[in-house]
Amino acid sequence: MKIVKHSFDGVIVGAGGAGLRAAIEAAPHMKLAVITKLYPTRSHTGAAQGGMSAALANVEEDNWNWHAFDTVKGSDYLADQPAVDILCKEAIDAVIELEHWGLPFSRLDNGKIAQRRFGGHTVKEGESPAFRACYAADRTGHMILQTLYQKCVSMGVTFFDEFQVLDIKIEDGICQGVIAYELATGDIHIFETRAVTFATGGFGKIFKVSSNAHSLTGDGPGILYQKGIPLEDMEFYQFHPTGIYRLGILLSEAARGEGGILRNKDGERFMERYAPSIKDLAPRDMVSRAIATEISEGNGAGPDSDYVYLDLTHLGAETIKKKLPDITDFVRTYVKIEPIEEPIPVQPTAHYAMGGIPTDVYSRVLSDEKGTVLPGVYAAGEAACVSVHGANRLGTNSLLDIVVFGKRAGQSMVDYVTQTKPNSISDSASDDLSKKIQNLIDKEHTNEFSVANIRKDLQESMEENAKIFRTKETLEKQTEILEELRDRYENVTIFDKSKVHNSELVEAIELDYLLDMSEATVASALARNESRGAHSRQDFPDRDDTNFMKHSFAFKKDNTANLKYKDVELGKYEPMERKY
Amino acid sequence: MDINLKILRYDPESDRKGHWENYIVDAEPEERILDLLHKIKWFEDGSLSFRRSCAHGVCGSDAMVINGENMLACQVLVKEVGNPIKIEPIRGLPVVKDLIVDMEPFFDSYKKVMPYLINEKEPGDRERLQSPEDRDKFEDTTKCILCAACTTSCPVFWTAETYVGPAAIVNAHRFVFDSRDEGTKQRLEILKDVNGAFRCRTAFNCTSACPRGIQVTKAIEDIKRETLLNS
Repeated sequence: MKIVKHSFDGVIVGAGGAGLRAAIEAAPHMKLAVITKLYPTRSHTGAAQGGMSAALANVEEDNWNWHAFDTVKGSDYLADQPAVDILCKEAIDAVIELEHWGLPFSRLDNGKIAQRRFGGHTVKEGESPAFRACYAADRTGHMILQTLYQKCVSMGVTFFDEFQVLDIKIEDGICQGVIAYELATGDIHIFETRAVTFATGGFGKIFKVSSNAHSLTGDGPGILYQKGIPLEDMEFYQFHPTGIYRLGILLSEAARGEGGILRNKDGERFMERYAPSIKDLAPRDMVSRAIATEISEGNGAGPDSDYVYLDLTHLGAETIKKKLPDITDFVRTYVKIEPIEEPIPVQPTAHYAMGGIPTDVYSRVLSDEKGTVLPGVYAAGEAACVSVHGANRLGTNSLLDIVVFGKRAGQSMVDYVTQTKPNSISDSASDDLSKKIQNLIDKEHTNEFSVANIRKDLQESMEENAKIFRTKETLEKQTEILEELRDRYENVTIFDKSKVHNSELVEAIELDYLLDMSEATVASALARNESRGAHSRQDFPDRDDTNFMKHSFAFKKDNTANLKYKDVELGKYEPMERKY
Repeated sequence: MDINLKILRYDPESDRKGHWENYIVDAEPEERILDLLHKIKWFEDGSLSFRRSCAHGVCGSDAMVINGENMLACQVLVKEVGNPIKIEPIRGLPVVKDLIVDMEPFFDSYKKVMPYLINEKEPGDRERLQSPEDRDKFEDTTKCILCAACTTSCPVFWTAETYVGPAAIVNAHRFVFDSRDEGTKQRLEILKDVNGAFRCRTAFNCTSACPRGIQVTKAIEDIKRETLLNS
């Protein structure tokens, strides 16, 4: 196997919004490389639709403190309030900066950036829904990704496209470099570097029905987890209320922000019963639970009574065409119905990981629950857990998170690189990985141990046992299933033996991380005997602030996780009952 | 129902040239072509290689020729293309393996047209203003996902790989018609070149191929007109 060696001051893994934003910050100050397993413009930031919140007050009075209040309340009081303050305060400059770089926001008649309503965002701490989400039609993420990539092109940032990251090398607690696999050639690349940012996105592919891309497999969190770094708040996984039935393709909350209504099989606007004040614009965890409850109580529509309707028919063709063009096209393409005339069958879809690699507000990775900083290693975006989203993220806050904390990761890389000297990594640093890959190629293929079969069983069982509603029983059952799947994975085989674009080999590597993410998720969920935000235990239906006002830290131990906890950093908002 | 897929395959480690392989796949009419490719890859022949990521037509990874036309495999359903289904890599870019082509020449052309906002003026601490009417002038071309379906459907591009191609021109259009941008002169200078917009022969293949519904040929015409007006 050919080994290629490079030397950089800093390496960013992942070229979605967080990685690109970090690159823009770091590139002028160091020799920097961005490695991505896709092409940058294929990253899943591009699939984000509805908007990015900032209290610009372009439509009505607004204030970043109200944004912070909503974010904390939406998080079910698990977010760290000092971090939330940073997110909401820096949101304003972050949006303006993107506009200055060319982001084509939709505009108001007075020429300012347009803003729309979104779930959980309110004026004056809950008074009424707020016009806070800055948007570009219903393709805001696409525009952010394009704009950040365009900026990187103008700056001449160095990219290694279609490189799968395999490992980070840390010696005596100091980062030495990262190892990657080049898809086009099968070569192994050693990147000697002292600063690494992981911006690898989420891991929605642990579930069967998901809005996530195939590539979202938790690579960054998986690599660090296997190195003994904990994962924070893994029990909190968000299910977006409106995925296209069966396919899970996202239909933005903007559809409800613009006035769309959820209805059960009888046409009833059921959210009136669950969230009387803001109804369909309640936060995602509440709406997803409401839908799941309607379905389990027999109010679901369709032959299997397993979906509800998203009704846009009263919005009018003009609003739909102007403000929701892409998502209504998805409906026409995949469901073959005209959303101007007919309601759309939807069901909750696995969408976003609140948990991930623990970081401080400087995007520095923490190696334990005590807050010990791992020098030279950073994380941002969905891969990271700052925590600004707590137990449930508000819509639009992920696009904000990637630019605010992506920038901070870039700044931290600059600080670290200017204060340290280059180190060297051994030419044999990748020997263990080369051997692992060669073994995988040499092993004879069998169907029982194929990547696809193990992954299918993983996704179906996670869907069944660890989704919206959980109990001790389902989680214990899933723990056993995960042990069996891990055993099978130890013998995983691939059919493709080639060097060039061996995507089956990459899928085998990804499956290792998917198993890690599932194990940490289930272990964390089993230990949290309460219901908070997106984590809903039917055997513990109430929030328990006495025992669980704390973040979980899952450390990898055999095929499960060892759990430790850290208190939530509170601030000016006292925890209260979460009603809307 | 059984679907007959005919796929043009090429393995650079063992084949001198491409060859057709047949697969029978059990599929529902509502399934995506990408779902069928996955069934083959995951449960029959793991060596079949293609790019994909989002699986719903926004990342632009899986442009391929399906029954003779450029499409995204994740955006077209079995019932729309009939049976049998013939799948080939997109044309005009070197084939690397099976349905994977070398995208580097495509991205090089994209980078040539300076695809970023050029404006040296100090913008101040708030957003630049832009009327909804001005914003609308380049709405269509902001939708591009760089999938290469347009460029690789273009007969001019097939014969002249030096032609920047429709996608690059679309991305130039996105800035040329943005009221905030001041790089029009530089971009039009590049597009005036022998390999620029005037190589277009208005075949309209690009417009039919665009999975985002961009009026690609119209965008190219807009650029040609703007070049003439500015010269």
